Amino acid sequence: MRPLYETQRLMRGIRRAALQRGVIAILDLGTSKTACLVLRFDGPQRSQAVDGVGPMAGQSQFKVIGHAVTRSRGVRFGEVDSMGETERAIRTAVQAAQKDAQVRVDHVIVCFSGARPESHGLFGEAEVEGPTVDGWDIGRVLGSCDVPAIGPEREVLHAQPVNWSLDHRTGLADPRGQVGQRLASDLHLLAVDGPAVETLLLCLKRCDLECAGIASSAYVSGIASLVEDEQELGAVCIDMGGGTTGLSVFMRKHMIYAESIRMGGEHVTSDISMGLQIPMAMAERIKTLYGGVVATGKDDRELIPIGGDTGDWEHDRRVVSRTELIGIMRPRVEEILEEVRARLDHAGFDQLPSQSIVLTGGGSQIPGLDGLAARILGRKVRLGRPLRVQGLPKAATGAAFSAAVGLTLFAAHPQDEWWDFEIPSDRQSSRSLRRAVKWFKDNW
Amino acid sequence: MRTLILLWRLTIPSLVKGPATTVPGTRRDPAPSLWSYRYQRLMLTPLYRRLLHIGGPVGLVLLVSALWLSSADHRAALSARIEAVKDAVQERPEFMVTSVEIVGADRALTAAIREVARIRMPVSSFDLDLDALRLKVTDLTAVRSAQLRVKPGGALEIAVVQRVPVAVWRYADGLRLIDAEGVMTGMIADRADRTDLPLIAGDGAKDAIDEALALFAAAAPVAPRVRGLVRMGQRRWDMVLDNDQRILLPSEEPVLALERVMALHQAQEMLDRDLAVVDLRLGDRPTLRLNPPALATLRAAAASPGSSTAAAPIPEDH
Repeated sequence: MRPLYETQRLMRGIRRAALQRGVIAILDLGTSKTACLVLRFDGPQRSQAVDGVGPMAGQSQFKVIGHAVTRSRGVRFGEVDSMGETERAIRTAVQAAQKDAQVRVDHVIVCFSGARPESHGLFGEAEVEGPTVDGWDIGRVLGSCDVPAIGPEREVLHAQPVNWSLDHRTGLADPRGQVGQRLASDLHLLAVDGPAVETLLLCLKRCDLECAGIASSAYVSGIASLVEDEQELGAVCIDMGGGTTGLSVFMRKHMIYAESIRMGGEHVTSDISMGLQIPMAMAERIKTLYGGVVATGKDDRELIPIGGDTGDWEHDRRVVSRTELIGIMRPRVEEILEEVRARLDHAGFDQLPSQSIVLTGGGSQIPGLDGLAARILGRKVRLGRPLRVQGLPKAATGAAFSAAVGLTLFAAHPQDEWWDFEIPSDRQSSRSLRRAVKWFKDNW
Repeated sequence: MRTLILLWRLTIPSLVKGPATTVPGTRRDPAPSLWSYRYQRLMLTPLYRRLLHIGGPVGLVLLVSALWLSSADHRAALSARIEAVKDAVQERPEFMVTSVEIVGADRALTAAIREVARIRMPVSSFDLDLDALRLKVTDLTAVRSAQLRVKPGGALEIAVVQRVPVAVWRYADGLRLIDAEGVMTGMIADRADRTDLPLIAGDGAKDAIDEALALFAAAAPVAPRVRGLVRMGQRRWDMVLDNDQRILLPSEEPVLALERVMALHQAQEMLDRDLAVVDLRLGDRPTLRLNPPALATLRAAAASPGSSTAAAPIPEDH
C-alpha cells in the first residue's frame, strides 16, 4: 500500500469529487456503535432562501438525508479487531442509511477513536522568497519542519498548522498575501498506528466504498460539541466512547493536543457484568437504565431485578440495589477521569487562558457525571451535545453522536492540513528544471 | 362440510407468513450478505433503477406485442379493426357533408361549378379532398380564386371570386370574353350578345388588354362610331370606326396619338369627313388617306383656278 501521507492527498481529491456529485456518507466507526449519515450538498445558494436564518457557521450548505445506527461488531478499543465482523457492521449501517436516503453513496468519510493517537508539536521556518507570502512559501515552511521520531509503523493522521508568525508578528491565522521576511509556523501533528488505519481502509474498500477522508474521533467530536468561544479561548473535549475515551484540546480554533485513553463505557459494562454475574447485554441494559455515579439514600431502596434464565428460581430472581450498581460503576468512571486528568496535566492544560471542560460521547450520559468530573478535574465542567445540523433526526442529536456530527462539519469545512499545500520545489524534480531556467537567464 | 373446515384450517397457517425462523439461542444477524449489499447498492444506482423501472415494462410490452404481431393473421385482424374504428368515427353524422353552397358566382358559373365539383352526397368530411376540389374549381376559366370550407351543419361552402369580362376578343374560333388580366372567361356566339363590351381582334390582342382599355377610354368622344381595335403584328393597334375608317396608332404611346386625333376631330370634325385612314404611326408625320371620291373632289378643287386649297398636306404648327 502507498504511504498514508499520499493517501491523504488522494483523499482530498476524492472528497472534492464527492462534493461535486453532492452525496457523501459519514461513518463513525466506534467500539459500541457504528453510525452512518448520508449528506447531500446543495451548494451555498440554498441557505439564502430561508429568511432570518444566518449562515449557521457554514453548515447550512448540506443536509442529512439518511441516517442509520447499528451495533458495532469486531471493533475493540476503536480499532478493527475482526475484519469480517467490522465489514458486516459497516455494510449494515451503510445499507440502512442508503435505504433511508434512497440514494447510493460511493464516498465515505470515516472517523475512528483508537490506534493510539499521539500529539507532537512541530516548528518550521523559512525565508519568504517573493515580496509577499504565497503557497510556495508555506510549502517550504512546512517542509522545513523536522519531523520528530514518531516511532516505527506510525503514520501521520492529522498535521495542521495551528499558528503562523511573520517576522515579529505571531498568531496569524492565514499569512498568505502578507508582506514579511521570515515565515514560521507551529504545526500540530497527530500520529497513529499505521497498520490500524490501513486495516480500516481495507475494510472500507472491501465494502465497495471509497474513502474520502479520515479523521480522529477525538478531533471531530471537539468540533461538534465545543462552542465557538470555547474553541477560541481554550477548552478540552472529552469524548467518552465505548472502548476509548478521547480528549482533544482546542485553542484559537485549532486542535493543539489530542489523546486517547483505552478505557470507556464497555469497561464499565464489563465491570457490572463481572460484579453482578450477569451477561453483558443485561449489564449494558441496567447500566443505561439505572446507572449513576453518585449514590443517595433513595438508591438503597431501589431494587433492580437482574434476572437470568438458568431455571434456578433463586438465581433468576436476584435483585440488586442501585447503590450496589453505582458502587461498581463509580470506581471505573473515576479511573477514567483520573487518567484524563493525568493526560491533561501532561499536556499542560492548566496553562490555557480558559479551561473549560466539555464531556460528550455516550459515556457522558451517566447521571451525576458532571459533578464527579468537576471534583476530579477541578474545573468547570459541562456536558456537551453536538451542534444541530440540518436534517439530523432527533434520535441522532444525543451526546453519543457528537463524533458523527463533527464529521459532517469536517466534511463541509476541512481544516487545512500539511498535504494541502504544494510540495516544496527543492524536493521535486522541478528543481533541476528551475536551475536550467536560471542558467539560461544568467547567461543570456 | 367437516372435511371443508378441516381443509380450511390446514390452509390458513400456510397463508400466514410466520416470523423468520431463528435457531434458539442465537440472534438473527442483521448484517446483509455481501451480495445482497451489492444488489441493494446496484438497485439504488439511478441509471440502473430507471432502466429497470421504465425499460423493463416497456421492453416486456414491446416483446409481447412483437411476438403477437409476428403472425400475419393478427396483423390483418388488427388493421381491419383499426379501419373499422376509423370508419365508425368518420361516418358519424357530425362529420357528414350533405350540401354544397356556392357563393359569389352568377347562375351560369354556378351551374358550371356544380358540374365540375360533382360529389356524391352525403360524404364524410374526412374523405373530402378540398385541395383537389379547389384546383378543379379554379381550373374553370371564369373563376379567379376559390375558397372551400366545410361549414358547421354539414354544408360545403365554395366561395368564388368570378372573373369579370371587359372586352370581346374576336379570334379564329369565334368570339371570346376576356377580363382585365387578359384571361378568357368564356365564349359568346354572337357579337350582339355583349354589345356593352368593346371588341378587340388580332393576334396578341389579349396580352395588351390594358392598352386596349385605355384606348377605348380615350376614344370616348367617338364611342358610338368605334367598331373595335385590331392588334397589328402583335405590336400596335388599329382603331376601326364605322364606314371602314381606320386610325393607325403607333406602337409607342398610342393613347397620346389617339388623343391628338380626338383633338383634331373636335376642332375640325376630321373623322366625319370622307377619310379612309388616319395614319399616326410616325408621330411627326401624320397622314390622312382619303376615299377615292373625296380624293377626286380634292384634286378637282386643287386643279380649279382660284382655289386656295393646297394639295399638299396641311402644315402643322409645332
